[in-house]
Formats: sequence, structure tokens, C-alpha cells
Amino acid sequence: MGKYLVKRVLLAIVSIIIVSAIAFFTMNLIPGGPFNKEKAQSPEAIKVLEERYNLDKPIPQQYVMYMGNLLQGDWGVSLKTGRDIWTDISSKFSVSARLGGSAAVVAIIFGIILGSIAALTRNRLPDRLIVFFTTLGTAMPSFVLATLLLLVFCLKLGWFPVWTSQDPNYVLPIIALSVYPMAYITRLTKTSMLDALNQDYVRTARAKGVPRHKVIFMHALRNALIPVITYVGPMVAYILTGSMVVENIFTIGGLGSAFVTSITNRDYTTIMATTMFLAILMVIANLLTDIAYKLVDPRITFK
Amino acid sequence: MQSDNTVYRRRQLLSSQIDLSKFNDKNFEKATEDEKRQQDVMGESTTFLKDGLRRLRKNPLAMGSICVLLLIVAIIIVAPHICPYSYSQIITVNGVRDKRATNLGPMEFSKLEMDYMEETGEKLFPHLLGTDSLGRDYFIRVIYGTRVSLSVGIVAAIMVLIIGLIYGSISGYFGGMVDMIMMRIVDVIYSLPDMLIIILLSVVLKETLQPAIAGTALAKLGTNMISIFIVFALLYWVGMARLIRGQILSIKNNEYVLAAKAIGTKDGRILRKHILPNCLSVIIITTALQVPSAIFTESYLSFLGLGVSAPLTSLGSLANDARGAMQSYPIRLVVPAIVICLIVLALNLLGDGLRDAFDSKLN
Repeated sequence: MGKYLVKRVLLAIVSIIIVSAIAFFTMNLIPGGPFNKEKAQSPEAIKVLEERYNLDKPIPQQYVMYMGNLLQGDWGVSLKTGRDIWTDISSKFSVSARLGGSAAVVAIIFGIILGSIAALTRNRLPDRLIVFFTTLGTAMPSFVLATLLLLVFCLKLGWFPVWTSQDPNYVLPIIALSVYPMAYITRLTKTSMLDALNQDYVRTARAKGVPRHKVIFMHALRNALIPVITYVGPMVAYILTGSMVVENIFTIGGLGSAFVTSITNRDYTTIMATTMFLAILMVIANLLTDIAYKLVDPRITFK
Repeated sequence: MQSDNTVYRRRQLLSSQIDLSKFNDKNFEKATEDEKRQQDVMGESTTFLKDGLRRLRKNPLAMGSICVLLLIVAIIIVAPHICPYSYSQIITVNGVRDKRATNLGPMEFSKLEMDYMEETGEKLFPHLLGTDSLGRDYFIRVIYGTRVSLSVGIVAAIMVLIIGLIYGSISGYFGGMVDMIMMRIVDVIYSLPDMLIIILLSVVLKETLQPAIAGTALAKLGTNMISIFIVFALLYWVGMARLIRGQILSIKNNEYVLAAKAIGTKDGRILRKHILPNCLSVIIITTALQVPSAIFTESYLSFLGLGVSAPLTSLGSLANDARGAMQSYPIRLVVPAIVICLIVLALNLLGDGLRDAFDSKLN
């Protein structure tokens, strides 16, 4: 376990370094520097500015300095607004975290419930209905679902108010974000639950006369949930990238919509910092997922 | 020695029990053709592919999906030849730009067009889905959007297939140190957040590639499309490579591979003739499921404004453009959305059907 832990953490660090290197070096390929304004500045002024922000140093050295600053919590300054990026990220992320966290919880709870129902009523009506809707759910891009939800329930029927920062209503955005992971978890739970129900220990429990609900919840479901853990990491990645689109559609002022705005504004320092922030979150989520999986199921040996 | 003797003796006893007097000429007559045929093994011999296709044909969902996909492909091939408009053309009547032909409803004509039809008695081709805010025929834009989205999916899947196949088979077949190093590289790439890198590269390549490809055929495709392909070529093959490596590891220890090695067959030939045909099921299924995921990625990027360059369009960018006026013209949002869902759904169901039909472990 210790050896595995070290290996896994090293892999996570390597991937963060690679993402940051890709981000930093590609961003430097873009023609034009941060001080190129429409009004021409004197070369002396630009030189002083470049020295001030260390832009006259070679790019590899700049990269090392950037990473050093990052570790100390200095994420740079936005090119467009001139504000400190970290303050922006942390304030906007609290909104996104609330939305994404609720979506993850909804997806996990409903996914497990629906998956178990489908497994227990195999080839009967509830199972078929669930399979039908999960297949549909995985075939719909999140932005299509989000726009249709907004159009139908918010604008045409008026059941839900439009999101504002004073009166945040998260119901529709949560639905839009959670349908895909929920459908995926439903499928996973169904397959592993069917597998678990056919195991010897379930037959033994039944033979002993353990009540049906106890067999399902204590014996089958507990073991069926192990594969679901593996999906938590990818789900975090999905929700983080999905929230860019969903927040943008529902005009929620979170990190996702801020990222999209920075892309359209070509605000490179913000793009870079947000990418790093999201990448670190995703890599940590994957790391925790793998460790949790290993802890829960000691049979698994990673090579 | 003793046991041998007893067996011998028992045999003698048995043969002596056969009553030879019962045999006559009739027993030694040649069998007729009919009787011979009774000895034939029933059922034709099938190949792996035939067997799989037979099972696939019995799956109504998969066959339905194939029909839907064929229908969509037929429409996007034929429609531009029938429909006189083009995806970038603003409607003109008699060589004059028709300024009022914007935002028409389905099957509507503008005033200028109706006047023209009355004057000349000619019938103009109807705008099946109306026109967009610039006065372009929306039906033909959906057709071209579908063309772009589908071809992105297919090209990306083929790229993933080729790179993953070569990488995975080298790693799996040679094993040892080569395998170790190659798989560590795969591990690292696998742990990168792919969507973020796609966005990052799209942003950067949009700026840097533009001058490099200006004037070439690639310029029409747009830098974003190229960056999507680059990212697929860089990142998405790892899943395929892992799968193929796993398959090859389990196949290469079979006796027939050993026999081929023993008679001095070259490595490349063993891979091509003996190992890869046995991985075919995994390859087919994974490639089929790669297409919808590429279409998803493309539509997502189009939505972020990182998709194909105007005036070319894709289903994702059509849906995105329609968002601004979705309350007044919901049809412009709904149509591309339905087409995306239909394509992805059909491809997913087909992929599932292929898995059921070709995965020998499930049968």
C-alpha cells in the first residue's frame, strides 16, 4: 500500500507539471505580449515593464518562477481587468462548488437507487424504462439539455425563475449537470448489482433465511458499490468541464462561465490560471478515487 | 507385463464372440449417395465476421440504428445536390440580395421571392426549415453541420484507431522493458485532464496556426478543427492502446503463436496474421464508440466558440448560434439538437449491439 501510494502521488505530481508546462509554453507561443496596446508605447517603457514582470528572462526560467509563485499562492494578474486572479477564482469557485457538489450528490444518490431498481426488476417494466432513459441521457450533450430545460421550464412554462445572485435557484442547472453522470452511475450500479446478486455469498444468505431487504442492502449492494467509486474521479472532471457550459447558459456567475468569458476575451493569464486550478482539482479527485478504491477493495493489486 | 497380457486375452475373447456366420455380401455393399450425405457434418462453417454479423442482424436495436445512420448519411450526401442553396449563400432573387429573406419560418417565402414566382411562374425551392438571421437557408446549413460533425467523429475515431493500434501492439507484443516504458507514458497521458488541454490548445492554435495555414485547403476547415484532431491524436488514443495491449498479452501466449515463432515467422507477420485478427472484436467495438465521443467533444467546443470557422458550421455551433433567439425561433435550436442526439444515440446503440455480437466472452 505504501509503495502504491508513493507511486500514485508521484504520477499525480508529474501530470500537474505536464499540464502546467503545456499551458505555459503554448501560451507563450501566442504572438503579441501583454504590453502590446493599440497605442504604441516607447521601447524604453516596454523594457522597464518587462524587467518589472521578469518577461525579459528566458522562457524556461519564467516557467520556474511562475510555478514558484503559484506554490506561494500568487496566481498572477488578469490581463483584462488587472485584478488578482486568485481572489476572482476563489470567490467564483464557491458558487461553482455549490452547484457541482449538489449535482454530484444528486447523480450518485439517484444513480445508485435507479441502478439497484433496474437490477432487481431485470427485464421487467421498471428496468426497461430506466434503461431507456439512461440511454437517452448519455446521448444528449449537456449544453443541449441545459438549453432545452431553460427554454421549456424557465422561459415557456415559467416554473423556475432565472438565476440571479440575489435569488439563486439551482434546480435546473443541477438537473442539467447531473443527468449524464447519473445515467452512467445507473448503468454501473446495475451491472455490478446483477453480478453481486449471482454470487455465492448472496445465495448462502438467502439459504440461511436472511430477510430479502437485508440481503439486498447488506450483502449485495455494499459490494456492488465498489465499481461506482472508480467513477467518482471522471465524474468530477465531467462536472467541472460541464459546468462551463451549464453556468454560461443559466448565466450563473461561477468559475465555469468566468473561464468561458476569459476564452472569448483572450485573457491568457486568467485562462492559464483557471486551467491550472481545474487541472489540480481533477488530478486530486482522480488520486483520491484510486486510493479509496484500493482501500475499499484489498483484492485489487495495481501494477 | 501382466496387465498387458490380460488386455490381450480379453480382446481375443471379445473377437471370438462375434458370430461371423451373420455376415453376407449385403453387408459389404457400397453406401448410396443418400446414405453418405447422412454422415456429413450439418451446418455451414462460419467465419468470425459472418458469425458476428449474423448475431448483429438479430438485434433489432442495432439494425434500427444502422438504418437511421444510413438514412442520415444518404440525406447529407443527396440533399446538397437537390437543394439549390449553399450553406454560406445569402438568399438572392434574380441576382439581387433579398434583404427581407431573414428569419423566415419553415416553408415560408419572402415577399421578393413570391413576387418573383408570380412574375415568372417559376417555382422556387422551399426553405424547408426557414432561414437564419443572415438570410441563409437553414435546412442546408443543418445538412452541412451534420456533414462536419459526422466527419469529425469518423476521422477522429480512425486516428485514434491507427495510433492506438500501433502503439498498443508494439507494447504488448514486445513486453519487458519496452512495455514498461511505453505503459508509463500511457499512464501519464491518461491522468491528464483531456478536456482542459483541448480547450487550451484550441485557444493557442487558433492564434498561432492561422497565419501558417492561410491560403491552403486546411484554412477552410479552420484552425479549431485541426486543433481538435491534434488533441485526439495526442491524447485520446491511450484508452485504445491499453485495450489492445491487454488483448495481445493474453493472445500471444497461445500455441499457434509459439508454432509460428518456431518456424521462423517474422514478428510483423505474426502480429498481422495471428494476433491482430483475434483482437478484432475489441477494435471494432472501441472504434464504434469513439465516434460519438468525438462528436460530443466537437459540439462542446463549438459551443464554447472554439469550433469550426464561419461560414462553415457544425451541429454544435448551429445550436450555439440559435441560443440568442431561442424564444422567438426555437426550431433553430431544436433541429440541430435532435440531429446530434439521434446520431449519438444510434452510434451508442450500434456500439452496444456490436459488443453483444462480437465479444466472444459474453456468448
